[in-house]
Amino acid sequence: MATPVSTAALPSRLATSGFALGTIAMIVLLSVAPFVGIYPVFLMKALCFGVFACAFNLLLGFGGLLSFGHAMFLGTAGYLAAHAAKVWGFPPELAILTGTAASAVLGVIVGVLAIRRQGIYFAMITLAIAQMVYFFYLQAPFTHGEDGIQAVPRGKLFGVLDLANTLTMYYVVLVIFVGAFLLIYRTVHSPFGQVLKAIRENEPRAISLGYNADRYKLLAFVLSATLSGLAGATKAIVFQLASLTDVYWTMSGEVVLMTLLGGMGTIFGPVVGAFVIIGLENYLAGFGQWVTVITGVIFVVCVLAFRRGIVGELAAWWAKKK
Amino acid sequence: MTEIFGVPTQALFSQLLIGLINGAFYAMLSLGLAVIFGLLNIINFTHGAQYMMGAFCAWFLLQYLGLGYWWSLLIAPIAVGAFGVVIERTMLARLYKLDHLYGLLLTFGLALIIQGLFRNQFGSSGLPYQMPEALTGGFNLGFMFLPKYRGWVIVASLAICLTTWYVIERTKLGSYLRAGTENPALVQAFGINVPRMITLTYGFGVALAAFAGVMAAPIYQVNPLMGADLIIVVFAVVVIGGMGSILGSIITGFGLGVIEGLTKVFYPEASNTVIFVIMVIVLIIRPAGLFGRER
Repeated sequence: MATPVSTAALPSRLATSGFALGTIAMIVLLSVAPFVGIYPVFLMKALCFGVFACAFNLLLGFGGLLSFGHAMFLGTAGYLAAHAAKVWGFPPELAILTGTAASAVLGVIVGVLAIRRQGIYFAMITLAIAQMVYFFYLQAPFTHGEDGIQAVPRGKLFGVLDLANTLTMYYVVLVIFVGAFLLIYRTVHSPFGQVLKAIRENEPRAISLGYNADRYKLLAFVLSATLSGLAGATKAIVFQLASLTDVYWTMSGEVVLMTLLGGMGTIFGPVVGAFVIIGLENYLAGFGQWVTVITGVIFVVCVLAFRRGIVGELAAWWAKKK
Repeated sequence: MTEIFGVPTQALFSQLLIGLINGAFYAMLSLGLAVIFGLLNIINFTHGAQYMMGAFCAWFLLQYLGLGYWWSLLIAPIAVGAFGVVIERTMLARLYKLDHLYGLLLTFGLALIIQGLFRNQFGSSGLPYQMPEALTGGFNLGFMFLPKYRGWVIVASLAICLTTWYVIERTKLGSYLRAGTENPALVQAFGINVPRMITLTYGFGVALAAFAGVMAAPIYQVNPLMGADLIIVVFAVVVIGGMGSILGSIITGFGLGVIEGLTKVFYPEASNTVIFVIMVIVLIIRPAGLFGRER
């Protein structure tokens, strides 16, 4: 998918220092946010979705692959983490690891199937497989169907940190978020990430240069699935709940929206998108179906007039001003 | 009572019939998707919502204008098709130069808007739609009871599918359409108005969805979300059939409906997922789909 990567126009050192400044500013802001009156539970939700959207963006923005079934990774990890913490009595770090690993395995299976087709078919196949996964969880006894896995214990991280304390939980989520964010930045700017971009721009040429395009795409898919799993597992521990909402197709659409709105192919875009959308949903919670309508309107407006997204437009404006 | 593999024939045949009915809807909807995709290169995510609009259109006509089922079969596809034309002219037409995935994202957004608005207005419980008088009752075929309406759905959908196939594969108009699919620039050079052809094709595909919606109204309840999950199954049907062939999507649609019906008899737990499982198997064996060609 041709995405306007406007930062590429900037000298790379400037981009790097811009990234460093932006990241530090983001971390500082997020660290003090709970003390300036922002509800930590809201922040944790936005951070979990931030990880999810960044992981999704790795695939769409840098690999050019539009998955319309990413909810299956979020939901699978959520169910496995919740089940591990509640039924098997795992400590939170192991529960999150279990969930993440489950999504990685699912990512390998789905990835091998889905990369056999490209473009629109790739989107339809991931959507259809995700729907199959949804029906599986709807019927499997361990997920408790419509009720979901409730009252998941948060437990003590490494046996020391009591996560029942909301602030402690918040900083743990922040650390996970920053870790995932930096990992994605590192991946995008590694030789692997460069090859991935080359495949996105012109797959036949990348193949003729000797790159095994399918292997790169699969690796990107699995990495994206794994990090989406990390988001889902963390979310399950934070909210002490794993439910069908997280595997349903609406969730897959939501992560596409966050990435599109924030700016696909940008590093900060998905985070911004996640905060805006979660904030919007929080605000509109009492308005019933209007949330769906507004979500749809944002989709349409983004596609028709705002394809670079918030961060992409800002970067383009900044580059023009220079 | 006779039994086959330990299943009473009565149950077997009635599930087969339900399968055929579902298959008729898969066939009509995937046909519309394939026609639109052929010329526009866009997967119309709004298809499910437009199917729902067809059903609601029938309900409105009956409720407020007193126009019955037969009028609806004519008016609803035209009305919803016109709505499709407006969408194509005002929005989709701006996206043809971009990556095809933007078309998918736009139509997904539109589906959310339409379904959200209808849910706001009508809630999520269904509205009943009365079966036309002429099609109530049924025939006793000896081995099973065939409700007239169900028989009608199968016959009518087969007729509409085969007509579409005939028009596209065997007429002059269809040959323009096929040529436009292969090479729009060349067809334009021959003096054919390709943009208008694209608009009308989209309108036709949408009208087909609305037609299916009217047919569905008396069987399933008229519900704002009736198309939401169905469209995902239809996507799987499209992947299984491959979008290269019109006849292929008709056969795949009916065939998968029957398989789904049989699964309900022999292994009900898998009836929701069987189509997706088949899709996975087809992807492993023949990634281009049963009737598709690699492009």
